[in-house]
Amino acid sequence: MRGSRPPRSTRGRAVCMTNCPTLIVTVGLPARGKTYISKKLTRYLNWIGVPTKEFNVGQYRRECLKIYKSFEFFRPDNEEGLKIRRQCATAALNDVRQYLSVEGGQVAVFDATNTTRERRGLILKFAEQNGFKVFFVESVCEDADVIAQNIVHVKLGNPDYIHCNTEEAVEDFMKRIKCYESSYQSLDEVLDRDLSYIKIMDVGRRYLVNRVLDHIQSRIVYYLMNIHITPRSIYLCRHGESDLNIKGRIGGDSGLSARGKEFAKSLRKFIQEQNIKDLKVWTSQMKRTIQTAECLGVPYEQWKSLNEIDAGVCEEMMYEEIQEHYPLEFALRDQDKYRYRYPKGESYEDLVQRLEPVIMELERQENVLVICHQAVMRCLLAYFLDKPAEELPYLNCSLHTVLKLTPIAYGCKVESVFLGVDAVNTHRDKPENVNVQRSTEDALQTVPAHF
Amino acid sequence: MSKRESTLTQNPLEKTWVPWIRSRLSQRRGSSVPQFTNSPTMIVLVGLPARGKTYISKKLTRYLNWIGVTTKVFNVGQYRRDATRSYNSYEFFRPDNTEAMKIRKACAIAALKDVCDYFTRAQGQVVVFDATNSTTERRELILSFAKDNGYKVFFVESICDDPEIIAENIKQVKLSSPDYANCDKEEAVADFLKRIDCYKLTYVPLDDSKDRNLSYIKIFDVGSRYLVNRVQDHIQSRIVYYLMNIHVTPRSIYLSRHGESELNLLGRIGGDSGLSPRGTKFACALGTYMRGQCISDLKVWTSHMKRTIQTAESLGVQYEQWKALNEIDAGVCEELTYEEIQDNYPEEFALRDQDKYRYRYPKGESYEDLVQRLEPVIMELERQENVLVICHQAVMRCLLAYFLDKSAEELPYLKCPLHTVLKLTPVAYGCKVESVFLNIEAVNTHRDKPVNVDVDRDPEDALRTVPDHS
Repeated sequence: MRGSRPPRSTRGRAVCMTNCPTLIVTVGLPARGKTYISKKLTRYLNWIGVPTKEFNVGQYRRECLKIYKSFEFFRPDNEEGLKIRRQCATAALNDVRQYLSVEGGQVAVFDATNTTRERRGLILKFAEQNGFKVFFVESVCEDADVIAQNIVHVKLGNPDYIHCNTEEAVEDFMKRIKCYESSYQSLDEVLDRDLSYIKIMDVGRRYLVNRVLDHIQSRIVYYLMNIHITPRSIYLCRHGESDLNIKGRIGGDSGLSARGKEFAKSLRKFIQEQNIKDLKVWTSQMKRTIQTAECLGVPYEQWKSLNEIDAGVCEEMMYEEIQEHYPLEFALRDQDKYRYRYPKGESYEDLVQRLEPVIMELERQENVLVICHQAVMRCLLAYFLDKPAEELPYLNCSLHTVLKLTPIAYGCKVESVFLGVDAVNTHRDKPENVNVQRSTEDALQTVPAHF
Repeated sequence: MSKRESTLTQNPLEKTWVPWIRSRLSQRRGSSVPQFTNSPTMIVLVGLPARGKTYISKKLTRYLNWIGVTTKVFNVGQYRRDATRSYNSYEFFRPDNTEAMKIRKACAIAALKDVCDYFTRAQGQVVVFDATNSTTERRELILSFAKDNGYKVFFVESICDDPEIIAENIKQVKLSSPDYANCDKEEAVADFLKRIDCYKLTYVPLDDSKDRNLSYIKIFDVGSRYLVNRVQDHIQSRIVYYLMNIHVTPRSIYLSRHGESELNLLGRIGGDSGLSPRGTKFACALGTYMRGQCISDLKVWTSHMKRTIQTAESLGVQYEQWKALNEIDAGVCEELTYEEIQDNYPEEFALRDQDKYRYRYPKGESYEDLVQRLEPVIMELERQENVLVICHQAVMRCLLAYFLDKSAEELPYLKCPLHTVLKLTPVAYGCKVESVFLNIEAVNTHRDKPVNVDVDRDPEDALRTVPDHS
C-alpha cells in the first residue's frame, strides 16, 4: 500500500516478490488504453502491498510546454518537439531512478507511447545501468469503435483540449495518432524475443506473453489477463444489523436483528428496482451475510475469504471490555490499525492478502453484489477507490448502506444509498490519544453508542 | 412473493450455514471458495508427439483435482494400445495407412463417449483430452461433439522444435512406454522419430486467423512464450495462470515440519509454542543435512508460527515467512489434548473422524480450507526451483497430497512425522520421494482413523488411536 513500509527483511509478512526493482514500460499508439492500464495496475500493486508509482511522460510534457497548441507538436519532423519530448522522457526516467533506488519503490510504471525500438533501447540501457528488470506492456488495437470510445472518455477531458470543442478535439487527436503511426515499431516476435513482455490485443481478446522472469511479472500478467472494460457495476454492502452489533460487540457469528431483517427486505427491493442484468450475489460464510442474501430470493455464492476479520482473543467483546482486559493491545491497534494483528487473530494487512482472489474474480465478473462485513468492505473499497493503508481502516462503511461502484474513465464513481432502515453506528474513529499509558476515558472516547 | 422466514441451520460437519427449507438453493457446496464451473469444460491438447502433452495433462489434472475441481485425463494413446493389442512399428501412424486411420478414429470416438459418461454419470467438471489432435478435421470433430453436449472447449497446444528437448522427452517417457517394451534403446528412438515424421505431414497448428474464435493457449518452447486467445471464464483463466507458472527445470522440494515443540510433548494440538530441547537438536541436524545437499540458491520458507521460525533460525540462512503456511486453525479445540476434545466435544470429535477432509473445527478450519489457502504457496513452489518448506503436520499433508496426487480421503491421514525431511524430485510424469529421518527422537503426533466413528461411541473407542504423550 502506498505509505506502508516495503517488506524487505526476513520479517517481511508478504513474501518479498522482487529482488531488484521492476520497470514496467507501456507501449502503444495513443488511445490504446496505456494510461488506463498503468493506473489500474499501479492501484492493484499498491493494494497488494507492492509499492508502485506511475510516471506519465505526457504529464511531464504538459508541465514543460505549459500550453498545448495542436497535433503539429507531435509531427515526426518537428525537431523542436522531438527535443522537448526526449527531455521529458529523460526527466521522467530520472524520477523513476529516484523512486526505485532511493525512495524504496519496488515497481515503476513508465507510461508513454514508447513506440520506437530506439526509445525502448534507451530505456533498456537505463534499466541495465540501474539494476532494474524491464517488463513491457504493449496494447495493440485497430478497432475504430474502441479507439473512438477512448477518445471520448479520456481525451476530451484532458488538459490539452480544455479550450476546444468536441469536434476540434477529436479531429486534432486523430491527427496526433497519425503522427505516431509512421514510426510505430510493434514488439516483434523475432527481433524482441529476448525481452520480457505482454502484448494485449483487441482489449484482451488475445495475449502474447514472452519470457516472464519472476513472480511479480507473473502476477502482473495474470492481473492484466483478467481485467476487462465492459461496463458494469459492483455493489458493496454489509450484512443487515446483527444482534451482536446492537450490543456493541465485535466479530462473532450472530444472526440478524429485527432491523437487520428489515434491511434485507429493503435490499431486495433496491436490487429489483436497479434491474441489473445477470447479477451475481456473493456472501461470506457467516450467518448474518447469508441471512441477508437469503432474503433476496436469488442464488448466491459463499466465500470463506469474505468472512469478517478474525479478532482472535477479542472476538465478541465490546470495546470497553477490550480496554479492560487488553489495554496495551487496544492502544497498539490505534497506533497502526492497518498492520495491527489481534492476538490469535488477523490484521487488515492479512485481510487484504486473503481478499486478493476475491478482487481478481470481481475483475473478471460483471455485475456483482457483495454482501460482506465492515473490515472486509473497507479493504475492497480501498482497492476500488485507491485508498492508502493509513486511510483504509477508517473508511466509512455504515450498516444498511449500499455503495454502488461504476468504473468511469480512469477511476470509479461511487453512489452511496442508505436504504432507510436505522441501525447502530459501528464506526470507531481513531482517538486522539493512542499512547499505551492513556486513561480509559481517552481510549474509549470514540466508541460508538450501543445498548 | 411468499414470506419465507430465513431460518438457517449450520451444517454440523462443515459449519456452513444453509437454509432450513429444502430448496434448490440449499444444494450448496460447503467449500470455502465458489467453484465457478457451470458448464463442463474439455481441455484439448494439441501437438506433435514428444511435446509434453501428457506431462501437461497429468500435471494440470493433478492441480485441478487438488484445488477441488473434479478432473480426469483421457489419453487416446491408451485406447489405441487397448484396441491394437501390440505395437509393431511407426508404420501404424502413416497417414496413408487407412486401416490404422480407421482404428485411430474409432479410439478417439470411444474416448469421447467415455468423456460424456464422466461428465454425466460421474459428475466430473473438467476433462483433459490428451492426444495429438493435430489436424483441423480432428479438432472439428471434438468441437462438434462438445457443442452437441454443451461442453466448453479450451485448447492447449505445445509447440517445440528444439531437438534437444525432444530427445530428452523421448528418453524420459517414451523409452519406457509399453509400445517399446521389447525394443532396445536405439531402435525405439529411431522408430519414434519416424512416428513424429508421420504426424508432421498432416500437422496443422492452431491458426491465428482461422481459429480466432476458439479459446486456447499456445505454449512455445517449454514456456518461453505463450499466445492466449479468448479466455472464456474463471477456470480457463486459472488454467492459463497455472500453465504459465510451471517449468521443467530439474530441482528438488524439501518438506519438513518444525522441530518437536513443547505442546507436541504434551499431546496438545495447535497453539504457538517454542521448540523442545529435542526440537532444537533437530533444527541443527536439519542445517547439517541441508548443507550436505549442496544446493545453489536454496529458498527457505516458514510459517508465522514460533516453532517453524525457530527451526529456520538455526539454519543460519535467509528465509521467508508465509502466513498461509500456518497450521490448521483448530478453533475452540486449540491447545487441547485429544482426550480433552473427546471430553468436551465428543460429537465434534466423531464428525471429524467421519470426514476428516471436510470437517471444520468450530470457529476454525477444515483441510479443505487449508488447501484453498495453500494454493498461492503451491503456485509459487511451481515457479521456484530448490525450496525447503518448514511447516506443520496438516499443512505438510496438504502440500504432499498435491505433489503425490493423493485424494481427499487419503490426504488427512498421510504420514508426516516430526524430524523427517521429505525430498521431492520431479521425474517423468510424477514425483520421486525420499524420506530422510534425521535421527533425533520425537513424539508421534499421527492419529489414525479409529474403527468406530459413530457419534454415540465410547470414549475408549474414540481415543483408541491417540498417540502417546506426556
